[in-house]
Amino acid sequence: MSTPDAHIEVRHLTMAYGSFVVMNDLSFTIRRGDVFIIMGGSGSGKSTLLQHMIGLREPAAGEVLYEGVSFTRAEPEVRMRLLRRCGVLYQGGGLWSSMTLAENIGLPLSQFTPLGPRDVRELASFKLALVGLRGFEDFYPSEISGGMQKRAGLARAMALDPDVLFFDEPGAGLDPISSRRLDDLIVELRDSLGATVVVVTHELASIFAIGTNSVFLDTDRRTMTAAGPPRVLRDESPDPTVRRFLRRGDGTG
Amino acid sequence: MPGAEQSSDSGDRRLAVGRVAEDTVVVRVGGTWRLDAGAPPLAAVEGALARPPAVRRVRFDAGALCRFDSSVVAFLASVVALGKARGAAVDEDGLPPGIRRILALADAVPETTARRPSSRPDLLTRVGERALGALEAGHEFLRFVGEITRGGVQVLRRRARYRTSDVVLLMQQVGADALPIVTLVGFLVGAILAFVGAVQLEQFGAAIYVANLVGIAIVRDMGAMMTAIVMAGRSGASFAAELATMNVTQETDALTTTGLPPLEFLVLPRVIALCAMMPLLCLYADLLGIVGGGVVGTGMLGLSARTYAQQTAGAVSVTDLVGGVFKAGVYGLLIAIAGCLRGMAAGRSSSAVGAATTSAVVTSIVLVIAACGVFSVVFYVLGI
Repeated sequence: MSTPDAHIEVRHLTMAYGSFVVMNDLSFTIRRGDVFIIMGGSGSGKSTLLQHMIGLREPAAGEVLYEGVSFTRAEPEVRMRLLRRCGVLYQGGGLWSSMTLAENIGLPLSQFTPLGPRDVRELASFKLALVGLRGFEDFYPSEISGGMQKRAGLARAMALDPDVLFFDEPGAGLDPISSRRLDDLIVELRDSLGATVVVVTHELASIFAIGTNSVFLDTDRRTMTAAGPPRVLRDESPDPTVRRFLRRGDGTG
Repeated sequence: MPGAEQSSDSGDRRLAVGRVAEDTVVVRVGGTWRLDAGAPPLAAVEGALARPPAVRRVRFDAGALCRFDSSVVAFLASVVALGKARGAAVDEDGLPPGIRRILALADAVPETTARRPSSRPDLLTRVGERALGALEAGHEFLRFVGEITRGGVQVLRRRARYRTSDVVLLMQQVGADALPIVTLVGFLVGAILAFVGAVQLEQFGAAIYVANLVGIAIVRDMGAMMTAIVMAGRSGASFAAELATMNVTQETDALTTTGLPPLEFLVLPRVIALCAMMPLLCLYADLLGIVGGGVVGTGMLGLSARTYAQQTAGAVSVTDLVGGVFKAGVYGLLIAIAGCLRGMAAGRSSSAVGAATTSAVVTSIVLVIAACGVFSVVFYVLGI
């Protein structure tokens, strides 16, 4: 029943913290090459959904599938193999603070490729250069700015040339120009690497600039209330909450 | 009682509450209202509203209000809430427009209301929750021990994902760097034991047996035990704090999604390092303890260093030494497990890091003392 170009499928996913249900019955499909936006108000469980998709939390019900293979029900070894093809950019960068930037990017490379230390270092420098951080190899994460940490986090996320890139609030804490540059970078990477991109965000500028498909999580109804390309949802969604969100609260018509 | 007014003035702050008609209460505020003047007397308003006959209207008069900050707004909001709770119509016309706008803002219905169960459960529920919590904590500990065991098997099969360089670095941190404190503690514990023993043994003219006392006590138990307590405070705490902080900053999440399970990448190196270093530190502490005893023995009791050494060598057997060092290895394992468990299970706030550290030290010391008791019984039964 999976569509041919489906990359990630979420089926009837219910997320809960103990007995507190965050979101009920989420089902959507992310196609290969999509820039897929998970949007919703603050506290709607966007980041929680992301954590479910990468196995940091276990669903209360339902499952997540990668290329038709159930990730939720997979053995730990299979999970690790599937995860190795994903890159994640965390909200605060999530860089390992006891390692330099080059070591941060080099760690996955040295663990999962047969490359020697010199090749690893060279590749790490190259990945840093891709995100505009040439020359910052020997800096520690605490020595660079928040925007640079995010870019370094992105360089680490793509260290192993992943098939899927997850972004948790990429624009949070960045000034509009850095945020825009990060958006451009995301699109460029999608185009050049052919990766599928999943972005959790509530920033309208980013949503319309990069999103090709999306879901909307409604905090009050505790489920997804819309799915489709963001521009289409803005203009045609029958749900006033979705239209209001995508028009920044203006106009309900 | 129309016309009856209750007024309360504090410095420049003026408040008068009174009825102008049978069913109408007027709240007059005036003067200067500042937060640093203390809490305004809401009781006066409550009293006026509670008095029969029932109040149907609440009005305000803020004509004499000169300067104010949010204290007056918060006070008026409380009055509005009180009035509405009593079913009275609240007429805000007497307030300046600025205050009315702020009140309206605070009153606006939020898009989502934050709900948090705040009622305190009764005693029975709390006892039950604590009991279940303790049971769950026990499960969690066993589960963690199980995972570490499985990780250990992976290490032996050379399939665990960790870096040898991390293990070496940690060995230096928990082992070599701990030498000064272990020197101090080991030496002093030996010296203290010698002092305590010397006073008693001298009464029987058996001062030479101080060497036996110190040697056996240090080598069999005190060396391992004191080293363990020092390491619990030093390394156990640092493991917990470091792992808990990595939890807060999503560094452990990043390891998981990179395909490096934190249990293998972070926990195993720490367990290996501490288990390897504890026996060595214990040996070192044993030696320093005997030296400490020897210094007291030669300095205070007038024994020669040679006699003291020979007496010690005669008293302490290799079995004692091996037993003590073995205990130290087990204590090291317990401290590493407790520290890593508390760190990995920590919540995601800065206070959680502190709680994890405290809990790690307490747990490791309790485990070490309990293990020491078990060892004493087992060694006694086995006749070691």
